[in-house]
Amino acid sequence: MWIEAIAFFLGVSILFYCLFGGADFGAGMLEAFVGRARREDQRRVITHAIGPVWEANHVWLILAVVILFTGFPKAYSALSVTFHVPLTLMLLGIVLRGCAFTFRYYDAVRDDSQRYYSAIFIAGSFLTPLMLGVVAGGMLLGASSPVEAGFIAAFVRPWANLFCFAVGIFTCVLFAFLAAVYLVGETQEAEIRRIFARRAMVLNSLAILVGIAVFMAAELNGLPLARLFAGRVLSLSSMIGATVILVPLWIAVRRDAVQAARILVAAQVGLVLIGWYRLQYPVIVNAPATPLTIYTAAAPEATLRYLLYALIAGSVIIFPALFYLLKIFKLSEAGELSK
Amino acid sequence: MTDLFAARSQMAISLGFHIIFAAIGIAMPFLMAISHWRWLKTKEPVYLDLTKAWSKGVAILFATGAVSGTVLSFELGLLWPKFMEYAGPVSGLPFAWEGAAFFLEAIALGIFLYGWNRIHPWAHWASGIVVGVSGVASGMFVICANGWMNAPAGFDWVDGKAVNIDPVAAMFNRAALQQGLHMTIAAFCATGFAVAGIHAIGLMKNPDSQFHAKAFEIALVIGAIAAMLQPLQGDRLAKQTAMLQPAKLAAMESLFHTSKPAPLVIGGYPSEETQTVRYGIHIPKLLSFLAHGNFEAEVKGLDQFPRENWPPVAVTHIAFQIMIGIGTILAALGAWSVFALWKKPAWLRSRKILRLFAVCAPLGFIAIEAGWTVTEVGRQPWIIYGIMKTKDAVTPMPGLIYPMMLFTFVYLMLAFIVAWLMVRQFRHVD
Repeated sequence: MWIEAIAFFLGVSILFYCLFGGADFGAGMLEAFVGRARREDQRRVITHAIGPVWEANHVWLILAVVILFTGFPKAYSALSVTFHVPLTLMLLGIVLRGCAFTFRYYDAVRDDSQRYYSAIFIAGSFLTPLMLGVVAGGMLLGASSPVEAGFIAAFVRPWANLFCFAVGIFTCVLFAFLAAVYLVGETQEAEIRRIFARRAMVLNSLAILVGIAVFMAAELNGLPLARLFAGRVLSLSSMIGATVILVPLWIAVRRDAVQAARILVAAQVGLVLIGWYRLQYPVIVNAPATPLTIYTAAAPEATLRYLLYALIAGSVIIFPALFYLLKIFKLSEAGELSK
Repeated sequence: MTDLFAARSQMAISLGFHIIFAAIGIAMPFLMAISHWRWLKTKEPVYLDLTKAWSKGVAILFATGAVSGTVLSFELGLLWPKFMEYAGPVSGLPFAWEGAAFFLEAIALGIFLYGWNRIHPWAHWASGIVVGVSGVASGMFVICANGWMNAPAGFDWVDGKAVNIDPVAAMFNRAALQQGLHMTIAAFCATGFAVAGIHAIGLMKNPDSQFHAKAFEIALVIGAIAAMLQPLQGDRLAKQTAMLQPAKLAAMESLFHTSKPAPLVIGGYPSEETQTVRYGIHIPKLLSFLAHGNFEAEVKGLDQFPRENWPPVAVTHIAFQIMIGIGTILAALGAWSVFALWKKPAWLRSRKILRLFAVCAPLGFIAIEAGWTVTEVGRQPWIIYGIMKTKDAVTPMPGLIYPMMLFTFVYLMLAFIVAWLMVRQFRHVD
């Protein structure tokens, strides 16, 4: 019971990281494709959308890591060893994105350095979700080898493969798609809203294509992903649900129904994640011989119990505060921010 | 360079980088809150300008601290997977609380930085206080976890495994409170003197600036009070270290031989080969008094421990001397400043004194780095004192020199850019 409860909080943290933090990275990726029309206005909308919330949204990742190393220490240890390289690159992305974004907004002087901040901000926004997806793919694929098998086999091959990168690219597309839908509601200007709505449509199609590519890559890497999905009712129904939601989502985006579109897109991405969770459950890190499950990797009960208390108490503090933050900056009428 | 040394260097660089931003994140919200409060009460525009100017600097520093802190939470596993596998279930709990505190801090910071004219002015002011209070809490929780490495508690170590785990006892280990208070006071001291020093430069350039004068005064009061408290708190921590980690204390003081009574060695260069300290000043009996409150007490020397369990003596000793030296200077300067503020404000306007404050600006942070070196290097060769050695915790991945060089490069660049951004902020004010 304790184990499942902690696993639930882990799942929720990752879900919220994707829905909120993921969208912040997505907005950074979208900045790479602002096009010529009203470039500066689009950039301003993106900056003001992320500014007040990105640091709070980022904490979901820290929370997931803390739950992982306190509640499932063996899994955290195994993940850190096998995926050292992509995790390090992910951290690099996190550092570069966060710093460049803040420096760009708060630098007292507007000069050429703005261009460098933007370039680094965009690069970091791509690198982090790509590597996050690569690691997620590797957790499912289970191509790990013992350390004795050599550097390439133990530390490179588990993630440097077609499937992992397909999942990485899928993650990028999904986050950018989330961001595009969210961003429509961040401005009152019809022209900019239309630009983001168009991006959302394109990214939605792209997500379907890359999603199919993920299944193909899985087969090439020896992972029967389609069969795994077919064998799990929840995974399968989540995938069907995510597909069905496309129809009302497209209607909502076309009709400019901002809040409905936001909820639908979040539900869609949430369903994708739930499908993945069910596929993975109860395994955290797949491995040929001994997959680490939430049961084999779990900390003793005393730890789980106090961790759960801390998480519940933390939730009581965090959720109202988070709601207040979102109410101030996201639920009220979109307006200009002042420094 | 061995993989172990590369991993230790990467951890040292990452922590050494992060600790500066974390300390500023703890103290700066309170400086802003004072200025902000005065603005709301007096409506003197200088306080609004000051609050906004400080908050822009803090936005940059806080973001850098947040991302470098994230790096650390991953590096614990990337570099020390064996440590985390065993330590996670025992001492992970404070990290969970730290996560909650940091969450609140990040939310409140978003509201504070972007909430001007969006919410009620006093709610806005309160959001700044929440940033500070959760920053202090966040720091205390992290130190709980670090204290556990120094004074392991809340488990039994049987056949290389932790059993009978009690996460609450681990969290409230004996080192946690004293270390946490020491670090929190250090954060206020270092930040106060650094900010005062920066605005002292502003006053040298522009002696009539109300902006710099108010800023200097607020920062100086905070820094001075903290600097005067620190020797008292440091003494309590040292007495506790003598009890919990006698090897660390012996290395700090370069006490090679158990002595009764033991002299205090000030300065000097200790040699592990000859087991002597060259060029140091020896004061008879004083270490006995400082460590145990009795001029005749016995103090354990390094000879009580097997040679392979000695921390690097020279590094620990010299870092400790630097910390104590700076602490003494700042405490004296703090006491003098409080007197001057109270009785002779004109003293604080002389160019010589302002220059002195400018020179002292970085001292508090140097002391923080030195103090952190004492506690980490002084614990070696252990990662969990008396339980697990650092060399047994390191990741099996070879080639650790490469991530070490990557993060060294990134952090050097960032340190340079942040410093440059601060100069630009400062110039912009004028």
